[in-house]
Amino acid sequence: MGTTKFSDTDLQSIIGNVLRYGVWTALSVAGLGGIILLFTRSNEEVHFTNFIEKDDNIITVVQNILAGVSQGNGESIIFLGILLLFLTPILRIFLSLLSFFLEKDWLYVFITLIVIGIIVFSVSFGFSH
Amino acid sequence: MTLLTFTLIMFLGAFAAGFVGSLSGLGGGIIIIPLLSVFLGVDMHYAIGTALVAVIATSSGSASAYVKEGITNMRLGMFLEIATTAGAVIGAIISTNANTSVLAIIFGLTLTFSSINSLRKKEDHLVTPEESSKLAHNLKLVSTYPTPQGTTVKYGMKNIIGGFSMMGLAGMMSGLLGIGSGAFKVIAMDSIMKIPFKVSTTTSNFMMGVTAIASSVIYIQKGYIEPSICMPVIIGVLVGAMVGAKVLLKANPKKLKVFFAFLILALAINMIYNGVMGNI
Repeated sequence: MGTTKFSDTDLQSIIGNVLRYGVWTALSVAGLGGIILLFTRSNEEVHFTNFIEKDDNIITVVQNILAGVSQGNGESIIFLGILLLFLTPILRIFLSLLSFFLEKDWLYVFITLIVIGIIVFSVSFGFSH
Repeated sequence: MTLLTFTLIMFLGAFAAGFVGSLSGLGGGIIIIPLLSVFLGVDMHYAIGTALVAVIATSSGSASAYVKEGITNMRLGMFLEIATTAGAVIGAIISTNANTSVLAIIFGLTLTFSSINSLRKKEDHLVTPEESSKLAHNLKLVSTYPTPQGTTVKYGMKNIIGGFSMMGLAGMMSGLLGIGSGAFKVIAMDSIMKIPFKVSTTTSNFMMGVTAIASSVIYIQKGYIEPSICMPVIIGVLVGAMVGAKVLLKANPKKLKVFFAFLILALAINMIYNGVMGNI
């Protein structure tokens, strides 16, 4: 029980730091993109009254974002920041998986894998449509 | 409207949303949606996508502090995330097929429920490990939390199946509307499972990010996430929430809570009205 408790609190503080630095990194990237966007297109007319439904799979979306980032496109840099933000909870799950694995808590390794499975399913759901 | 004007309005609005969200305990995401759709005429789908981004930002941002204090029950969170992520995927699939007016009405009803629920007097529970259900023991959910005095409190819980089902519903609302569904999670953890406040609030906040991720991929692929709307919103919401948390320490939270609950109720009725009239 003693050793279990130790690695638990240890990993919990690592997870806490990952979340904190992750959020700040994501915000800085999004903020930088925002500044670029405002400098280049601040007088453009915008209207978001009509939703334009897209049907891109996530890989295409990421490729487009990376291509835009390499050209210094503000909008793509913001999107990169948003993607980094989305990665923080994902990293959190993998760190939990590692923590349960180190504690040899197979029940929770299994439960964590189910959660990862559901998220992977949501990704592949986008592919089939 | 030019991009610059839009960004400035959004930033101020998101700041207010984060501020009110943290004072009322409802979270910033839920206020972002009426702000975007009712006041700025932004399509409901973009509003939902933006709210989801705000939810992930506030969840990861505040969870980092809670994890360090060691109050979050990681096993409980992970176990319940099976229900919330599965619910979120279903909710997101429904959302991509639903008409905006219908989404506005569902949102208005959820907001009404949340604001009334925030005023309800809540009772803190402490179930001892001996009183806990067998399933709670089998799933190793019985745990401890530290008090400021340096002692540790042992706690357990009941009605695991009931709480799990309610969490499924919470996840579905989250995937459907891009919100954190704090009110539903509180019912599942406090009222059904009888978990102490200290543990339930932090664990619920911790879970929000992962739940939101399950629907976020579907949202990205369908084009719900619009970078130029999200950028001022995530920054504004986080700054607003930080200022709100500071004010909360000084001001009388009870009076503020009542005031904001009524303000939010008014927003909710407005959403339902606009949804029924087909304006949204």
